[in-house]
Amino acid sequence: MRFAISMLAILAIASIIGTIVSQDQPFNNYINQFGRFWFVVYDTLSLYSVYHAWWFLLILAFLITSTSLCIYRNTPKMLKDMRRYKENMRERAFASFPHHAELASSPGGVERAQGYLHAMGFKSRKVENDSGTLLAAKKGSLNRLGYIFAHVGMVVVCLGFLLDGDILLRSQLALGQKQIVHGNPLLSEVPATGRMGLSNPSFRGNMLVPEGGIRETAILAQGDGLLLQELPFRIRLKKFIIEHYSTGQPKLFASDVVVTDKDSGESFPARIEVNKPLIYRGVAVYQSSFDDGGSHLTLTGFPLAGPRDYSFKIEGDVGTSTALNADGADKERALTLEFIGFRAFNVEAVADGKMGADTAPKSLADKIQQNLGPGASPGREKEVHNVGPSVQYKLRDAAGQAREYNNYMLPIAIEGKWYLMSGMRENPDDQFRYIRFPMDAGGGLTEFMRLRAALNDPAVRALAGNRFAEQMGTRLNDPKLKFQLAESADRALERFSVQGFKSVADFIEKSVPAPERERAADMFLSLLNGATWEAWQVSREKAGLPRLTADASTGRFVQDSLNAISDSFFYGSPVYFHLNAFDEVQASVFQLTRSPGKKIVYIGALLLVTGIFSMLYIRERRLWLLVKPDGRALLALSSQRRSLGLDDEFERHRNALAAVLAGGPGHALFPDPAPGPASAPGGQT
Amino acid sequence: MQLTHPYAETGPLIKRIAPLDWAFALLLVAGAAFVFTRYGAFMDVYERAILTAFVPALAWFGWFFKPMRLLAVLVAAASLMAIGMYHGDLATAQNSFMLKYFLSSQSAVMWMIALFFMATGSYWIGLLARSPFSTLVGSRLTWFAVGLGFTGLMVRWYESYLLSPDIGHIPVSNLYEVFILFCLLTSVMYLYYEGRYQTRALGGFVMLVVSAALGFLLWYTFDRGAQEIQPLVPALQSWWMKIHVPANFIGYGAFSLSAMVGFAYLLRSNHDNPSRGSLMALWGAGFAIAIALGLEGIAFRTSGISPYWASYFAVTLIIFSGIVAMRERVAPQLPALTVLDDVMYRAISVGFAFFTVATILGALWAADAWGSYWSWDPKETWALIVWLNYAAWLHLRLIGGMRGPMLAWWALGGLLVTTFAFLGVNIFLSGLHSYGKL
Repeated sequence: MRFAISMLAILAIASIIGTIVSQDQPFNNYINQFGRFWFVVYDTLSLYSVYHAWWFLLILAFLITSTSLCIYRNTPKMLKDMRRYKENMRERAFASFPHHAELASSPGGVERAQGYLHAMGFKSRKVENDSGTLLAAKKGSLNRLGYIFAHVGMVVVCLGFLLDGDILLRSQLALGQKQIVHGNPLLSEVPATGRMGLSNPSFRGNMLVPEGGIRETAILAQGDGLLLQELPFRIRLKKFIIEHYSTGQPKLFASDVVVTDKDSGESFPARIEVNKPLIYRGVAVYQSSFDDGGSHLTLTGFPLAGPRDYSFKIEGDVGTSTALNADGADKERALTLEFIGFRAFNVEAVADGKMGADTAPKSLADKIQQNLGPGASPGREKEVHNVGPSVQYKLRDAAGQAREYNNYMLPIAIEGKWYLMSGMRENPDDQFRYIRFPMDAGGGLTEFMRLRAALNDPAVRALAGNRFAEQMGTRLNDPKLKFQLAESADRALERFSVQGFKSVADFIEKSVPAPERERAADMFLSLLNGATWEAWQVSREKAGLPRLTADASTGRFVQDSLNAISDSFFYGSPVYFHLNAFDEVQASVFQLTRSPGKKIVYIGALLLVTGIFSMLYIRERRLWLLVKPDGRALLALSSQRRSLGLDDEFERHRNALAAVLAGGPGHALFPDPAPGPASAPGGQT
Repeated sequence: MQLTHPYAETGPLIKRIAPLDWAFALLLVAGAAFVFTRYGAFMDVYERAILTAFVPALAWFGWFFKPMRLLAVLVAAASLMAIGMYHGDLATAQNSFMLKYFLSSQSAVMWMIALFFMATGSYWIGLLARSPFSTLVGSRLTWFAVGLGFTGLMVRWYESYLLSPDIGHIPVSNLYEVFILFCLLTSVMYLYYEGRYQTRALGGFVMLVVSAALGFLLWYTFDRGAQEIQPLVPALQSWWMKIHVPANFIGYGAFSLSAMVGFAYLLRSNHDNPSRGSLMALWGAGFAIAIALGLEGIAFRTSGISPYWASYFAVTLIIFSGIVAMRERVAPQLPALTVLDDVMYRAISVGFAFFTVATILGALWAADAWGSYWSWDPKETWALIVWLNYAAWLHLRLIGGMRGPMLAWWALGGLLVTTFAFLGVNIFLSGLHSYGKL
């Protein structure tokens, strides 16, 4: 018993370990998390794959062996015990039972008692011995069977589970028959030692099939490498289908496929959905997730540095990369653009210019009032909507460092204005930080890019400074002051063009004493705003466009542009890529399993449940009634386990049997007695 | 012969069925027949099987625990009334007084919460003031709360279809809904034991764990807006959900109940055999439960601990240390140790049996949805740990024949494990069971 409990405790603790260390992650994650030294230590202990570790299997093996031994030792005794009535009960033994009594019987009492016991669910046997007539009765013997069932069930479940494990594969690896493939080889180049044949009895692998593509092997991930699993069929993905609810949550993931048997060459169409796998030739194919299958994307690049205002086109498929040749490119500044993803739908909660829902605080009464009514308020769903396609790409520099970007194709309205959003992050674990490029009146980025280039052009800045001074000059008649103003405006623009508001703030902090900083900043900003406005107009003139009139809308545009330019210094990329067009190719990710142990596990589980219910809910009782020739009767009741109900039960049987034996009104208890094997003649009258 | 109490066992259940029992069963059959004729075409074979099996199951439960018959009939009547009042349009709830303030799902749930809190208060007043009337009120309030809670869930089920036919589903699909289910199932199990053992002294204890869950539910509603009906993501669109989730929550409910009875056992045990050691241990137990229940608060801090969870934790701590401080007043009214031990054993038996079934059903479902009946997902693994914990408890008692405070302690420890499996996994660990993500 102690051993059993220790085994249960050890298994529990071992399982806990596996939930603390996240399992089966890429090795690099662990190295980042634990450092090199502990990574190796934990790896030796197999902590990254606890449930496949040798020591975990050892614990399971121990559990199976000890439970089996337990069953082996107890079963014959229990089965024998179950069948026995224990008719050899001696008169002297009655007094040794905690529940015993002495009653009196009239003639025919034994038969009537037997009828009563039968009605109460007992099976009884009548024997004559030298003390008198003994009724040995029992019920609930199946309780013992419950014990056997539950424990056998447990063992069967474990065995079935081990059968579905990867023991065979691992022993083949250990023997050197198979070798894990590392790196990212072409599937056709994987050698025979990296392939598992059709005879592999159990496996669980993944398969990514792009639309229109055909796959005939599954990938078994092994730590940071893989093995290929041969399949008896090919799968061609016709179409991956994704549907959404009106609220934006996904409603359906399904794949329309054509399966071709490799042996017979026959093909048939099938649909695989989440919760509705396809099972063919012993292999089950599940819809596991979806991915991009190499969508073709066309992007426009807008430079974010330098005085030139231009754009360029770039094309590529998701999963590929291209080298970027920025103007004046030297090798150190060379960047590689890696297309990593494309999403045709993005359901986002957009509120108050923030991505993500925002809830305003309310009083408790309001909250309760708001919460009365049905479990859905119709207004809520408006907060989330599809904001259109987005592209994810990485820009990798010559040193191998990469930043990840997430750009939305369509503009998003914030406080009545439209912006193109681009998110950047340096680590995969970080949130994206978004930069907002303001759309111009024509619904494009032309004006913003023109303004941005203008601010980087010293000639335009100088001209804008002068224009600004001219404009202000109608009030200033002193040419010297006018010159100084032009100079300051030019310098404000120049300073801003170094690092945006940050360089402005640095400058003020350095050159202005603390008490006057706020005033200085206000002045500086109005100077900057005014000069920027002029710079914009100058650049428009150069392009042969008319001057704009200053109003709230254009003022906001200047402000938004300054914000975006300032943010662009922290954007980490000299180019903004806007998604122009796409040709989507989806891919479906399937999980493929063969688990011959599944049926065994299910049978074991059924045994386990039956066993547990009968062990807990079938109460075993034994009852003896010895009626002596002189009319005295001895009664004893026993149970395998002490329980609270036993006292009451004994009380009831004693009272009832006393009445039954006496031939009195006791039979009113069972007005409809089942005809016992020896129904008392006249007992019912 | 006189029955000692209404639920005594006398012979097989089937021989104790009264005409009212048959009437109840007949009503269930009629209800199911109506559903089949009207909606049968919309149900798949599994759903029909589940509905068919539900009829004898509920009939049996009504025969076994007689007050369930009335409860089931009243819940059905209230739900049908609400459905009738909706006239097929969710917006009706804003104009109909009955719907807005009583029968729409959120209103019913709010009433349930209020009544459960009042019931907890009444039970404790009754225990501290030695007033049988007050505990009787507590018991009645609990019944009403259960009735309203079930009505709320039924109406919510209907409302989900009103929202949109493709959204409609049984309300056991997210953490909010299962928390209500947890409170209801725990209370029903408690009410059964209350009747069976003819004691209302445990009501205050069990209702504390229900109240703690309601504290979470309130936060979840007001702070997170979790009461909104959400459509089912593809992974949850399975008839398995209808049986896997309720079975699991019978388990969780029974285990929580047994832990609270375990705490009562320790109180009573200290009263019967006072010693310094057992008193110290009792204080430890009080703090342990307070921490187990208050753990939620520590877990939900975003930046520092919010005032809500700080006060939640403080109230829990005050209540449990208050109980230990008042032990001389409380303990003598508790049932004898043998009774407490028996309740604990029965609760754990029910819990263990259903938890086993639930875990197996989960495995069957996982085989359909994820391609593997067991993937060592954190929720699965913790379910296994809970199972192992109570398997050990049952071995100790059934095979080892153990009785006494050790088992009560073990049941209390089980509350920690169960709470972690139920909530902690959702908070701290990620995995395939991310539907109840916080």
